[in-house]
Amino acid sequence: MPSVIIDNIEAVPGLIQRLYTISERHLLDGILSSIDNSVMRTKRQLITIYKLVALISENLLCRQTVKRPPIKIQGQRRAFSITSPLNQELRPPTEKDEELSVDALGRPTKKTNLYTAINQAMDIALATDPKALLFGEDVAFGGVFRCSTGLREKHGADRVFNTPLCEQGIAGFAIGVAAQGHTAIAEIQFADYIFPAFDQIVNEAAKYRYRSGNQFDVGGLTFRAPYGAVGHGGLYHSQSPEAYFCHTPGLKVVVPRSPVQAKGLLLASIRDPNPVIFLEPKWLYRSSIEEVPIEDYEIPLGEAEVIRNGEHVTIVGWGAQLLVLEQAIQMAEEKLGITCELIDMKTLLPLDIDTVVKSVKKTGKLLISHEAPKTGGLAGEIACAVQERAFLHLEAPIKRVTGYDTPFPLVFERFYFPDALKNYEAIKELIEY
Amino acid sequence: MLRGLRLSQPFLQRSSVPVNSFNRLRVVNHVKSGISHRCKSTEKVLAYPGEKSVFDDKLEFHSTKEILPTYRIMNEDGIIINSEEDPKLDRDTVVKMYRHMVSLNAMDNVLYDVQRQGRISFYMTNYGEEATHLGSAAALKPEDTIFAQYREAGVFLWRGFSLDDFMNQCQSNSLDYGKGRQMPVHYGSRRLNIQTISSPLATQIPQATGSAYAQKMTKSGNCTVCYFGEGAASEGDFHAAINFAATLETPSIFFCRNNRWAISTPSTEQYRGDGIAGRGVSYGLKTIRVDGNDIFAVYNATKAARKIAVEDNQPVMIEAMTYRVSHHSTSDDSTRYRTLSEIEQWKIKHDPVKRLYNYLLSKGWWSEEMETTSRTEARKEVLSALKRAEAQKKPSPDECFNDVYDELTPQLIQQRQEMREHVKKYPQNYPIDQHLV
Repeated sequence: MPSVIIDNIEAVPGLIQRLYTISERHLLDGILSSIDNSVMRTKRQLITIYKLVALISENLLCRQTVKRPPIKIQGQRRAFSITSPLNQELRPPTEKDEELSVDALGRPTKKTNLYTAINQAMDIALATDPKALLFGEDVAFGGVFRCSTGLREKHGADRVFNTPLCEQGIAGFAIGVAAQGHTAIAEIQFADYIFPAFDQIVNEAAKYRYRSGNQFDVGGLTFRAPYGAVGHGGLYHSQSPEAYFCHTPGLKVVVPRSPVQAKGLLLASIRDPNPVIFLEPKWLYRSSIEEVPIEDYEIPLGEAEVIRNGEHVTIVGWGAQLLVLEQAIQMAEEKLGITCELIDMKTLLPLDIDTVVKSVKKTGKLLISHEAPKTGGLAGEIACAVQERAFLHLEAPIKRVTGYDTPFPLVFERFYFPDALKNYEAIKELIEY
Repeated sequence: MLRGLRLSQPFLQRSSVPVNSFNRLRVVNHVKSGISHRCKSTEKVLAYPGEKSVFDDKLEFHSTKEILPTYRIMNEDGIIINSEEDPKLDRDTVVKMYRHMVSLNAMDNVLYDVQRQGRISFYMTNYGEEATHLGSAAALKPEDTIFAQYREAGVFLWRGFSLDDFMNQCQSNSLDYGKGRQMPVHYGSRRLNIQTISSPLATQIPQATGSAYAQKMTKSGNCTVCYFGEGAASEGDFHAAINFAATLETPSIFFCRNNRWAISTPSTEQYRGDGIAGRGVSYGLKTIRVDGNDIFAVYNATKAARKIAVEDNQPVMIEAMTYRVSHHSTSDDSTRYRTLSEIEQWKIKHDPVKRLYNYLLSKGWWSEEMETTSRTEARKEVLSALKRAEAQKKPSPDECFNDVYDELTPQLIQQRQEMREHVKKYPQNYPIDQHLV
């Protein structure tokens, strides 16, 4: 299937960038295929290409492999793997992905991308809960990110359906469905468009149980919304609005980092007896692939996870930002000869501060990174909660590497973004403090 | 064709077309198209959802041509003007309706004064709108879910919310189902299938649509009834809700109490066009406008609406024309923005309670003596319920932290502990005596 031969690994980033610019997508396809299942020479090269590929593969929607004459790149031929340290692969699916495998727990798995993992979770939720409904704008045909593909055909047009184009209506409707004891899985097409529903979510869903003295609740309610940078989203297709909702008692806020996490956390969110805002990293919808268990499983809410052990710095993030932090850590470990502990918060409300505090007591240093703007962002809350409980263990001021206090700008995204290099610099400063 | 009685003056301000009363129950689901049929040769129509539109070579901008009539069957004197439309409710039912009106008035009188004395923080009375509450509530089944706004105490009464329930809520005591967390009048009852009231306006309307959709899915044979005012109908949530109900075909009844005042804003500054009913029609809902002070018209309209909602899975809009004789709330003095004579005119001439009283008298089901006794007794019952409620302690301060989630989070457990320790340290600074431990 690969239709591009890469002879010189050093030339790949430049080539990808050039092809991307001239929209030669079929050639990119070839390159992405050739990258598969090979071994890379150095970690630095991996890091460089890693993000580029993520960016590009996001653009290769509904790709079809086209046989093309191979491109010959001058120089020594190198093959490499682009499997991420988080066990995610950033590449389009291949035929080989259809093969079944088994995970560490002995569960049958299959290579699955993030949107398909979301699709599976909703499929299971609809199959196991006859009162579950899935709705939102353009959900019926499969959704603009394809998350609900095939579910209408499988579970019925009265359970998987379009609503009129109105977020406050979707939210209010979903609350009513849940108040009647049903399970509502409501899709908001982009997190950037959730604000018309803000009143319903903050004043109604979040307070439903409390204000009724536990007579009524909307625990069956889950809002799903794609969030975050995507490379070309600009102001209104890139935002990370988690902090607004984390300021609202009564809600839970959950962000998965990968397909395995997305499936398990979404099933847990749908079944949690409280309203949940489930923010999906749209950058990873297609580009992130993992061996995902086929079965029905849940990953508990309210628990952070140490996904990389280290001694010198604790680094906290969630969602797609963890991939950026992985790159930064690789740079730091390589250049500075240190080890970093990486924590995925997973649930942002309520926060599992214990896990972070435990790590900070060991490392003495903390870096928190998110895409959302700095002021009023969740990094501030985590920093404060940690210093309350680990003040005497801190050996340096807590660092925040976040988006700037500006709207999310289209043409300046590379500058705005809290990328690996900015995080690397922050780690360096923490180490040198 | 002007027939029967005119609905009173204020509603005429909206349009130069007189609003005539109408003595046949008629549910309207479309306005006459104002478009002339000029394209005789081709007769092509433009088919969109809802109405088909005929191509027309005449440049014309259209506006509301027909103001929906107001369905009424009993006049101000309590006389049935069309016996065919008389729901012929039995004596017990009508007397029960009336007794609830009397109780509602007694409760409003007492709690308004009690708020003025500083014994409760806030109150909202229901004067002038009693028939919209009891006429509609009586036409529903107890299994029908209700989403109310905040001025529907009569609906709660009809369902069986006791005077003690009302008083406990207004006193924020430990027997309040809402555990003292909300301001007075934010009632709710799972037992009675009435969702808890919240302050933000119109939020309950799209929720009611969702609730009705869930009822349709379970084929429960029930509907969801949603109450709101004409002011709330200006909120985006209203438009979202009825559009969702129309497109998703939910068994919903949207019951608008058009009481002409949204705090100080008159309906003349709230909307144009043919009121809330006009919107119902334009969104594709079967719609009726009723005289909200005619309890039997309200009853008939709600009963017919329920039949459509449940049997056809179709949403229905009812616009009940009434008048807020009350101030908006105890925080409001409405004489600052409306004349006393306007209020008096509604109070005296159009009082829905008096209208039902006259009906009862004419039927020989009531007497002046019964009137005096029932009013005295109602006041006594309210006062004794109030006394009982005032004697109850407030809920435990721990209740501050419960029910945010199904279980306390680690943060809430920690904060509860911090509060307990702080209060223990400074007991004299907190009203611990008033609360349960």
